[in-house]
Amino acid sequence: MLDTIFFYLFALLVVGGGILTITRSSAVHSAICLIGSLVGVAGLYLLLHAEFLFAVQIVLYIGGIMVLFLFVIMLVNLDEAARERQFNGQWWLALACVVVVGLQIAWFMRKGAGAFKLAPAAAAAASAAKGNTEAIADALFSEYLLPFEIASVLLLVAVVGSVVMAKKRI
Amino acid sequence: MEFIVISLVKAAIVAAVLMTTLAYLQWVERKVIAHIQLRMGPSRVGPHGLLQPLADVIKLITKEDLIPPHVNKFFYLLAPFLAVTMALLSISVIPFGSEVELFGYKTWMQMTDLNVGVLFVLAVSSMGVYGIALAGWASNNKYALLGGLRSSAQMISYELPMSLAIAAPLLLANTLSLREIVQSQGDHLFAWSIFKLPAPQLISFVIFLIAGFAETNRVPFDLPEAENELVAGFHTEYSSMKFAAFFMAEYANMVTVSCMTSILFLGGWQPLFPVSLGSNFVAPALFALGGSLCLYHGLHPARRKDRYTLPVFAAIFFGIALALLAPPVARVVMPLFWFAAKAGFLLFCFIWVRGTLPRFRYDQLMGFAWKFLFPVAVLNLLVTSLLVAVF
Repeated sequence: MLDTIFFYLFALLVVGGGILTITRSSAVHSAICLIGSLVGVAGLYLLLHAEFLFAVQIVLYIGGIMVLFLFVIMLVNLDEAARERQFNGQWWLALACVVVVGLQIAWFMRKGAGAFKLAPAAAAAASAAKGNTEAIADALFSEYLLPFEIASVLLLVAVVGSVVMAKKRI
Repeated sequence: MEFIVISLVKAAIVAAVLMTTLAYLQWVERKVIAHIQLRMGPSRVGPHGLLQPLADVIKLITKEDLIPPHVNKFFYLLAPFLAVTMALLSISVIPFGSEVELFGYKTWMQMTDLNVGVLFVLAVSSMGVYGIALAGWASNNKYALLGGLRSSAQMISYELPMSLAIAAPLLLANTLSLREIVQSQGDHLFAWSIFKLPAPQLISFVIFLIAGFAETNRVPFDLPEAENELVAGFHTEYSSMKFAAFFMAEYANMVTVSCMTSILFLGGWQPLFPVSLGSNFVAPALFALGGSLCLYHGLHPARRKDRYTLPVFAAIFFGIALALLAPPVARVVMPLFWFAAKAGFLLFCFIWVRGTLPRFRYDQLMGFAWKFLFPVAVLNLLVTSLLVAVF
């Protein structure tokens, strides 16, 4: 009961925050709404007993990335952009895209309806007893070691690349 | 039902103690700074200025609550609220002592124990930066904006060495729950993480403390509110209780950092040396010493009223010392005493450093974090994990 109430609360936060992010005209307001949306996602993780993901979501996305977003927005003068018209009258094109994508999703969900089922309860109980953090570490460093390392190399490439592009002389 | 009642009682106690600590920490700071600078400090309101915090609170509440016309009202009002909430939230996972039995109820001296307690404190403290950044932006004032920007850049930079410094003792403790971290450390100095074999964490202790100073915007890292260049930084436009909220947030963050340092590195509520060697007698001995000093000065009074007041205090101190000798009292109070002693010493260090060091220049601050602190923290983490893996 309580779980359901909190689920709808967080879901509202995620969807509402997302909609406000793209409709607000002030960039700072948009960033704050995006933070609200991310907080909602963190809350959903907590409801799923993924405490580690909850904490990491807040530390990385809200405490790290969004602070940098806000930092840049505050530094850049966005008054000019805010005064321009935000909606440029191509709503019929957008509507067509939404309808097509919606139909696509509906079709695939109908086709793969058999794949949607709840995870077996035994696995969840085992991971709860073991501790969420250990379970993630086990999966990440044994089963998914190669994708994990490839992702970290990719991030390193991005960091080095941005430094090279931003600096004229190294 | 019982759980809810016990939790409410614990929350009330923690909130009351924390608020008193915050108010008197400011008195202690003014007194210590004054004595470092060979002044008297507050001395008018009450004996030794002891009622000064109360007077300050009354002043802050009754001051005019001004909202400048050029601010962004919603975020201007949200910012102090956010700062103080995030600062007070992290105290809820701090374990102050071991399990106690009071009136037949068994409970831990901790509001709640999360199995990701360390990450929770990091997450909450990283959200605290929004209070400051938004305050700077919403004030619509260039000094406030510069203060807010400086603080967000500083807090993000110092969060990295801080997280790496936390990771090293976690390798020794092998858990993320704050209660279990304390339990994994022993009851003497060389079983605390800071000196524990195979990997003494002295370096990460120092890194954590330095990063903690920066995260709480204290001297020598108080660039966000450098008064000679930025007026008052991010809280230039704030008055009355909204200013007090930022003030409280800063002191609450200091308390959190001190508590986290003593839990991660100094063994939390564990005593300095084992109970079998008589560590339970340290607190009574200190109180007895205070009592004897009062008694001596009461018998050789410098002022006429000392002849009556000081012996009364001596009697109170001796009474406390005797009460602490009783085993049931000692079982409850001793862990609290050791925890408070460690956290109190660290808080004193905060004030001591403020009275000693000048402020950094901004490029020095950033260079120090990225070019010195961060590599050292990485190296320390690598060496620690190697030592833990080998032994």
